Amino acid sequence: MLMQEWLANGKPGEEADPAGYPFGFMDEGAKREVRRSILKAVAIPGYQVPYGSREMPIARGWGTGGIQITLSLIRPDDVLKVIDQGCDGSVNAVNIKKFVKAVAGVEITTNTGAATVIQTRHRIPEEPMRADQILVLQVPYPEALREVEPSEAETRRMHAEADYSRMWLFLYEDIVRFGEISISYRYPVTVNGRYIMDPSPIPRWDVPKLNRSETLFLFGAGREKRIYAIPPHTSVEPLEFEDHTFRVEDFTGKRCARCGAEDSFLDEVIDGEAGGRLYYCSDSGYCDKRVEPCNL
Amino acid sequence: MISVDKLTKEFTLHILDGKRIDACREISFEVPAGGFLGLSGPSGAGKSTVLKCIYRTYLPSSGAIRYDSAQLGRVDLATLSDREVLDIRNKEMGYVSQFLKVIPRVSALDVVMEPILTRNGTTRAAARDRAAHLLERLRIPSRLFDAYPATFSGGEQQRINIARAVSWRPRLLLLDEPTASLDKGSVQVVLDILQELRQEGTTMIGIFHDTELMESVADQVFRVS
Amino acid sequence: MQPVIKVRGLAKRFGAGCDRCASSTGPEAETNQCPHCGAVLACNDVSFDLFPNEALGIVGESGSGKSTLVRLLHFEWDACAGTVELARTPQLAHLPEFFTEGEAYSRNLLGLSQFQKRQVRNALMGIVYQNPYLGLRMQVSAGGNVAERLLGAGWRNIAAIRSRAAELLARTEIPVARMDEPPRNFSGGMQQRVQIAKALSNKPLILFLDEVTTGLDLSVQARVLDLIRSLREEFQLSLLVVSHDLGVINLLCHRTMVMKYGRVVEAGLTDQILQDPQHRYTQLLVASQL
Repeated sequence: MLMQEWLANGKPGEEADPAGYPFGFMDEGAKREVRRSILKAVAIPGYQVPYGSREMPIARGWGTGGIQITLSLIRPDDVLKVIDQGCDGSVNAVNIKKFVKAVAGVEITTNTGAATVIQTRHRIPEEPMRADQILVLQVPYPEALREVEPSEAETRRMHAEADYSRMWLFLYEDIVRFGEISISYRYPVTVNGRYIMDPSPIPRWDVPKLNRSETLFLFGAGREKRIYAIPPHTSVEPLEFEDHTFRVEDFTGKRCARCGAEDSFLDEVIDGEAGGRLYYCSDSGYCDKRVEPCNL
Repeated sequence: MISVDKLTKEFTLHILDGKRIDACREISFEVPAGGFLGLSGPSGAGKSTVLKCIYRTYLPSSGAIRYDSAQLGRVDLATLSDREVLDIRNKEMGYVSQFLKVIPRVSALDVVMEPILTRNGTTRAAARDRAAHLLERLRIPSRLFDAYPATFSGGEQQRINIARAVSWRPRLLLLDEPTASLDKGSVQVVLDILQELRQEGTTMIGIFHDTELMESVADQVFRVS
Repeated sequence: MQPVIKVRGLAKRFGAGCDRCASSTGPEAETNQCPHCGAVLACNDVSFDLFPNEALGIVGESGSGKSTLVRLLHFEWDACAGTVELARTPQLAHLPEFFTEGEAYSRNLLGLSQFQKRQVRNALMGIVYQNPYLGLRMQVSAGGNVAERLLGAGWRNIAAIRSRAAELLARTEIPVARMDEPPRNFSGGMQQRVQIAKALSNKPLILFLDEVTTGLDLSVQARVLDLIRSLREEFQLSLLVVSHDLGVINLLCHRTMVMKYGRVVEAGLTDQILQDPQHRYTQLLVASQL
């Protein structure tokens, strides 16, 4: 539904208006600025767009960037799913869901397939996402080059001039020291053949999902005040060498103890009583569907 | 080939309050291509000065040094640019000084090989052979080929000096007392080598402390006074 | 033969400057600080040509402006005046925008943006500093230091990168077994040689050597200088050798410039500078040599 329609139809969903806040908690001017920043980010894939990050009723470091994007885009007819480390039931995810429902009146779901907007911390859902869906990722540290260069002025210059030799040097040194690239999450990628980007602390497992996807990926860093994006059908290539290629986590011989999946990212859990290790799907929604396929 | 015209050199020593020293005055002579001019005269008369002016180690105060360069045509060495003088030194003009400029960590063989390689562009093996051959003729024992000349005797250093200057067959060769520290046998070898060079067309200007020796090799003698 | 690089009227001033700065500073005034406005003319009106396959020495004492000159030519600092033009060389073929059609020499490089200057620098120049901490990343392995330029140029095969780095380190007499160690563990002479290997990794046309053996033991110095000599010959480099040591200049350089208080007081063939110095200051310098 377009904004004009919503206004014309007497603002359905407006009853979700606690304590006099506008729809979606943020005022229209703020949302519009965030949307402008998002458009700029989409126009320059992988480029970190600085924006005026608003105060949220959640502390910095708990997903305020992701929340601002979600609130700026959400419409009353959207269906929202929020996950934290793949789980719909974590404290963080639940609190965010309750907050957005309160200020926007949207329907909430744990079914990836049914959602139109998915906000996530540090995981991408196992189910392939569609062109009509948007994934909003919460980002703690947007700067991929921070590991090799502490100065913000210098990293901006490096991005502007595509002067990435020090990042590649960092990977070379890893290979010299450890025989392989040791980065496990925040694995640097080249977007659209131009910018090196930090895909947020998703595991390596999820990085290939970004490449030439149907879905729009939006990245929000509230504390650091940056927004960046990967539009659909954009190339996203993990940094690798010809003779030391990128590889994902190896779960050979392991399966989810709950649903039996062998093709999802697994969390390792130490069994406190019996000893030994158990593995469970990190993506709880995916696991649920496999266990109770009829109940959704 | 080379014609020196009223060459004058004086030094102005600023650190001694501008004291002037005359080194040579209005020197004029000509050397035809393939000729050998000897410079004679008492010590301090300016013989070395003349050679150094030609080689451009000294900047002439006035006068001209006209030289027929294979690369640049007829030029005046006194006023030529630094770069062009270097080109002439690299390809055409050689200089045997009284003292060997010792370069650390370069063996005697390498010292002689280097100019052959850079100027004549032969292979390493060919250059090595020619260098070794020259050193042998000049009676440098082969066990010294890999040694560093800094520790050699004066005579040995001088012979290496000569080998280095003649190895690449310059068109014009300037010699400043090339046989000063050599024994009779070595002197003869040097003279033979110079004679061979002359037969290949090299023009020479030389200072010899031994007048008799000089008169025996030079076509003409110019007295510097 | 045409010069590779033509420098005319290069100047660097620290401070606001006034119209009396140039006439109030220099060797006659015995200062490089303007007595009227306090600005320092680190170098003024420096002009020279650098030819292919030659070594040009720049000799002077502290405050002469010789290191400033290197910083300006290496595009680390911005000049206040002057032109720097490069000949059309194959190394610059991928940067045609710096040349005007039909001209043998580039536009004034001092007018380029920082990005463009960096492009020229990466394509053409290498530098070795007196202090290895300026030229090397001490936390990175020796091989990594050499590899950085290669990685920046788009090399993406580890085996090939390591092979090239090992080749350069071997050529500068660093034991290849130590290529994965950080240079902070190396001796001073070895650190300088790693710097040289790093400077050569992108096959530069011009190599700047800024007091590279100052402070090293004599035997170490000899080894480094000899290495530089043989590398210059082998790779047909143009060297700009900055030193206060006439012995180093004598060993390496065919031509030399003498600087004092920011100005070039004399320039000529090295043997002429040493045996027939013309300027008062050059004569003093030569007479002071041990």
